[in-house]
Amino acid sequence: MATATDNRIADSVRDAFIAALLVGVLGFFFLALRTEIAPGGLALSTRWGLWFSAIAIVFVIRLALNLFLFKANRPVRTGPSTFAKIGASLPDLSGWTGTIMLVVAIALPFLVTTFLPAQQRQFIDLMILILTYVMLGWGLNIVVGLAGLLDLGFVAFYAIGAYSFALLAHYFDFSFWMALPVAGILAAFWGMILGFPVLRLRGDYLAIVTLAFGEIIRVVLLNWYDFTGGPNGISGIPKPTFFGLDFGRGEGNFAAVFGMPYSTIHRFIYLYFIILLLAVITYFVTNRLRRLPIGRAWEALREDEIACRSLGINTTNTKLTAFAIGAMFGGFAGAFFATRQGFVSPESFTFIESAIILAIVVLGGLGSQFGVVVASTVMIGGMEILRNLGFLKGAFGPDFDPVQYRMLIFGLAMVLIMVWKPRGLVTTREPTAVLKEKKKIGADLVAQGEGH
Amino acid sequence: MEYFVQQLINGLTLGSIYGLIAIGYTMVYGIIGMINFAHGDIFMIGSFIALTMFLVLTSVLGFTFLPVVLLIVLIVAMLFTSAWGWTVERLAYRPLRGSFRLAPLITAIGMSILLQNFVRVTQGARVKPLPPQIQGGITLFEGNAETGAIVVQLSYMQLIIIVTTVVLMTIFSLIIAKTPLGRSQRACEQDRRMAALLGVNVDRTISLTFLMGAALAAVAGLMFLLLYGVIDFYIGFLAGIKAFTAAVLGGIGSLPGAMLGGLLIGLIEVFWSGYFTVEYKDVAAFSILAIVLIFLPSGLLGRPEVEKV
Amino acid sequence: MSVISQDITNGELANWDRDPVLSVEHLTMRFGGLVAIDDLSFNVGRGDITALIGPNGAGKTTVFNCVTGFYKPTEGRIVMRHGPGRQQEAVDAVTAGDGAWARSAEGAVFLLERMPDFEISRHAKVARTFQNIRLFGGMTLLENLLVAQHNKLMAASGFTVGGIFGIPRFRREEKEAVEKAVYWLERTKLIDRADDPAGDLPYGDQRRLEIARAMCTEPHLLCLDEPAAGLNPRESAELNELLQFIRREHNTSILLIEHDMGVVMEISDHVIVLDYGVKISDGSAEFVRTDPRVIAAYLGVEDEEIEDKPEIASLVVEALGEEAAEEAGIDVPTDVTPEDVAALAETASPEQAAHPGRRPGGIEGPREGGSDKLTIIQGIGPVNERKLNELGIWHFDQIAAWTPEEIEWVGSYLAFPGRIERENWVGQAQELARKKSGAGE
Repeated sequence: MATATDNRIADSVRDAFIAALLVGVLGFFFLALRTEIAPGGLALSTRWGLWFSAIAIVFVIRLALNLFLFKANRPVRTGPSTFAKIGASLPDLSGWTGTIMLVVAIALPFLVTTFLPAQQRQFIDLMILILTYVMLGWGLNIVVGLAGLLDLGFVAFYAIGAYSFALLAHYFDFSFWMALPVAGILAAFWGMILGFPVLRLRGDYLAIVTLAFGEIIRVVLLNWYDFTGGPNGISGIPKPTFFGLDFGRGEGNFAAVFGMPYSTIHRFIYLYFIILLLAVITYFVTNRLRRLPIGRAWEALREDEIACRSLGINTTNTKLTAFAIGAMFGGFAGAFFATRQGFVSPESFTFIESAIILAIVVLGGLGSQFGVVVASTVMIGGMEILRNLGFLKGAFGPDFDPVQYRMLIFGLAMVLIMVWKPRGLVTTREPTAVLKEKKKIGADLVAQGEGH
Repeated sequence: MEYFVQQLINGLTLGSIYGLIAIGYTMVYGIIGMINFAHGDIFMIGSFIALTMFLVLTSVLGFTFLPVVLLIVLIVAMLFTSAWGWTVERLAYRPLRGSFRLAPLITAIGMSILLQNFVRVTQGARVKPLPPQIQGGITLFEGNAETGAIVVQLSYMQLIIIVTTVVLMTIFSLIIAKTPLGRSQRACEQDRRMAALLGVNVDRTISLTFLMGAALAAVAGLMFLLLYGVIDFYIGFLAGIKAFTAAVLGGIGSLPGAMLGGLLIGLIEVFWSGYFTVEYKDVAAFSILAIVLIFLPSGLLGRPEVEKV
Repeated sequence: MSVISQDITNGELANWDRDPVLSVEHLTMRFGGLVAIDDLSFNVGRGDITALIGPNGAGKTTVFNCVTGFYKPTEGRIVMRHGPGRQQEAVDAVTAGDGAWARSAEGAVFLLERMPDFEISRHAKVARTFQNIRLFGGMTLLENLLVAQHNKLMAASGFTVGGIFGIPRFRREEKEAVEKAVYWLERTKLIDRADDPAGDLPYGDQRRLEIARAMCTEPHLLCLDEPAAGLNPRESAELNELLQFIRREHNTSILLIEHDMGVVMEISDHVIVLDYGVKISDGSAEFVRTDPRVIAAYLGVEDEEIEDKPEIASLVVEALGEEAAEEAGIDVPTDVTPEDVAALAETASPEQAAHPGRRPGGIEGPREGGSDKLTIIQGIGPVNERKLNELGIWHFDQIAAWTPEEIEWVGSYLAFPGRIERENWVGQAQELARKKSGAGE
């Protein structure tokens, strides 16, 4: 018994030592040394302290993990972990949870203005952002989660929606409500145009071509100065009105008409309700589509394309509709983004946005609408929290800028969550038709789409 | 005509760099069937290591003889970048082996973001300039003011890049073709489970594949640094996508294909910039990618895939 | 051009030639240099259960893939007919035109080689199952069967637009679709598992579900790729019943690929035998069972395979006789009398004179040191060895010296022309003879 323990400790220490050594090697050129721009070229500075502390931290953490987790003296856990159980018991939004969440979502701005008046604007802004990503996630979920088509260029449709409204407003004085359907239709149209040639590709190839299309659209927006304003973008995009009422100060505006004292927060609350409405529409339409033949065909396509063809399903059309409808919701979200910001530029539509949306869908659990809500809240909320970690300056010195670490931590989180839960958070699938008893389907049976 | 020749030389140089990166993509795709999205960032890491090592040698240790400096930089960059490649595979991909294919793609994207921002945080977001180290070249055509002919030059830098690429390419092709490692690699490519049953250490073979890919990316990183003289944390993204395009164009899984694809992409990009608009050169590269995948999904030198029913 | 083969048992046209639901005509499929199917023609009779059999690699699944549109044949015509008779005029008219199908007075004709796969299922009403079952594993049984009724429901949902608002027509048709699904789940005894994911079903149930799903497309022709593979005897018997039921009650013609001779012989009205992409026999089960070319083709398979497959073994024994079978290490059923064996062995050896080419010279008996074990040569089984011995061929070097004319003759004599070249018997024999002489020195 004693020797077993000794071995375990010796193994753990050796393993931790190797890990620390590796960090030493990897970090040498990045932590220990730093190149700085100095007069007359580059200068080299050293940060041995940082390097050694990184090595020490990794050694300690690895040792602790080894001793207490990986090689711990307890029986290997079999059966689903607690986390998996939670994942399996997580409800879908169709039941009472959905209703409760909707009620909470409606009440939230009022609660915030009542109880947190100091941070109300920031808070509502964050919720608008989260809901935008929920909507984008639900849109992409149709393509990736249901139809199983890996799309890395979803941001293109977000951009098309945003620019559609921006350009319509700029050249033709469209209002938000007039432009909204046009933005959705244009995005869907482009979804079909881009989708048509690429849909016979499989898996990774499809992913990389969609990525390329996303980048092409961004580069075109960036370089077409005369039309899109190039890198300067388009500004002065109108804010949405409430049945013709503006949210400004003065006579004939929202506050005055309803006899309320003017407050800037009204506009934010209104924007919040618009995106909430759009998201809820997205949710209901998607949910309805899943129960229609088209939605079942999407899922069947994800499960087995060849079998679909043997049953007389036109897979090209089926894929195109998935692409187009997903793109349409992306376009709606884009138009909303444009009106919220009042300004669009190509900078907002980089590949990283596509990656974030895809990460939300995959981490939430492919095909799960509830997972998307959780993943957006955690990831977007988490990133905003990082933005507000100014107090850490006290601990790390005045040079510490938490915003810098945002994407670093985001990338790390993506890797860790995926390694830990490759199937995402919600791992069950709801059947779309029930004869006697509704049973959830475990993720191990559900396919992931073409070539996966 | 002179302009054309000059662009040809420039294109081949750029293409060599893409080709070196593309080999990493093609080998990894061949063996585990995934797009190692972080490979472009491994290239970026390689160029940063090369830059730092170069400064260590010249300004700290006071080396002055350039060939020796470059050789040491090359070796150090290859070794350290390999360690990065190995670590990425070990941490982000190996735990997901046998999982569904989206998972490693997502971790690869996560890794890409992580590496970019790691370098950004530790080395700063600003571009790092390095003054040109190798000057001069061989003049192929003298300029002529009367006829308007321009000077066509094959710079020593370009020569070094092309020669190094050819040499490394030969070495690595030999490794794949002749050594037991290459044989295990090809076996894993065909059927990983069977290879494992026959005693091939699959994990080790895959690790070595990542090591080799990263080492070549480091070479490309050094070349890029010397050729352009500026690097930043973001160079890996575009270079990575273009190199992947090259790998696909050449036929993924094929080493000569990757090199050929790299050269073609380099040429297309340079000629596009030379004769059309620089702004849209990336559009050209991406369009080629889309067109190739749609009309020639098995690439120029790849094997066509027959759909199994 | 039509394909008419005689049923030997009576002089009249068989059902499949009189009223074919499907005609495969001069079908050729090449993959690069490999000829998977070579000028294959056959008919599938309306209302028949037709079996496509043959050794592994004979090209059966390739035929299926051509019929169902997953492969585009290199050459040939595949005609599917709705409605009785050959409808020759309509077929000729469509062939001459650009279209893929046309309605005719009797029904409709379809040229399947001109249609993409999904339209073949949708319009020509040919459904299929797959050798390696392809279900929607993450969807419930009910969902699987609803997906199969996609096109009908799609139209009923007003191509989704009406469905979103839940128009009554869609509700009604969806209810009917569920009823049809329930009907097939009951017929396939899967109704208790309707709400379980298909991926959870045991193997035999998955096979039946795949058939149920194919039937939900209301096919005129159902193509089954090895439906009995991996089934136990009870499941196999149930499958027989199910297929009989489908044919009887739903007027669906069935074309199946099968290795299980028990299934084939019991339920098939018509059997087509393929070997190396060529049709070697075509007729009733009884006719095919005793066709020497079929027996030879099966005997050409490796010995281990014969042992593995009792159904083939019984055929071998029947054809060969006890002695040779015992030699080959096959268990011989004891109830076969020597007289039967002799009679069967007689029928198994065709006439020796009427073969093209030149008969190779033989020797009276093996040389000193005994005969060579010819079965070492790949492609030569115990029967062929015996038949070669009858010719006076006992040694590798004799085979090694065959001229092309002699090869032609032997090929015809053994009833599988072309195979000697393909399997390179001469080359193998040369190698073996060389080794043997090397060992002798």
